[in-house]
Amino acid sequence: MKLNVKIMPKNGVLDPQGKAIENSLSQLGFKNFSEIRQGKIIEIDIDADKDQAINITDEMCKKLLVNLIIEDYEIIFDREE
Amino acid sequence: MKASIIVFPGSNCDRDIAVSIKKLTTLEPIMVWHKETSIPDSDLIVIPGGFTFGDYLRCGSIAANSPIMKDVIKKATDGAPTLGICNGFQILTESGLLPGTLIKNDCLSFLCKTVSIRVENNQTNFSKKYKQNEIINIPIAHNEGNFFANENTLEKIKDSNQIVFKYCNQNGEVNNETNPNGSIENIAGITNEQGNVLGMMPHPERATCEITKLSDGENLFKSISEFLL
Repeated sequence: MKLNVKIMPKNGVLDPQGKAIENSLSQLGFKNFSEIRQGKIIEIDIDADKDQAINITDEMCKKLLVNLIIEDYEIIFDREE
Repeated sequence: MKASIIVFPGSNCDRDIAVSIKKLTTLEPIMVWHKETSIPDSDLIVIPGGFTFGDYLRCGSIAANSPIMKDVIKKATDGAPTLGICNGFQILTESGLLPGTLIKNDCLSFLCKTVSIRVENNQTNFSKKYKQNEIINIPIAHNEGNFFANENTLEKIKDSNQIVFKYCNQNGEVNNETNPNGSIENIAGITNEQGNVLGMMPHPERATCEITKLSDGENLFKSISEFLL
């Protein structure tokens, strides 16, 4: 079961990388955009059915992949079965 | 008496801290590899600075799950004096021994310079030799030293007098201009609620020898030594 964990900085937490990207895009002449934030995607292949995979990934997120003080996460499946 | 210095792949201040401990305390430093599962009998645990595991995922997150950390967490929770510097501070927050976390500097650049910090609490076992509100000069060297905690956590930290050091200028002024990295309330170092675990971004071990022309870190080690005697 292939899935992705999408990790994003929590709303309200300073995201200096997003700000830097925003500034650079402005300098390149891009207009009419805002609120750029940078996160990360982690790909995982788990040998389990969907429900189990969600439980296992959830545990992985809480134990290592995500710092819940500053990040939110979402488990996304490659394709809906 | 012994001090256990935990060494991870990518630790790079372990030898420096051993030199400072040897010079300024009565403790004998011993190196403990992160794959060990128990810390030998010791009076102080030190998690040194560096870039453990290449700062992959989040600074300190992989190291916080190394085999040795189970015993570090157990002993620190039981009251063992524990000191984490720079990456060591990040590892202590990632392992849950200290509240809050450390995010990227708001200036977006790696900072390597000597800064002034103010002693906010000289009642801890790590800061007794300093005067309250003393201004000391200690080097920083980090990319992720921006201390962050949510409002509730911050209130708890303040209520329990856990803030030990704040960034300031030579006159001791604490404000946005004297904040090098964006840390909430200029926080540079905190203890846990019990006061036996200290994490700090500045490097006191780099202010203990003639080569650096800085000596303000010495009292931190002398405080530890005095308390352990």
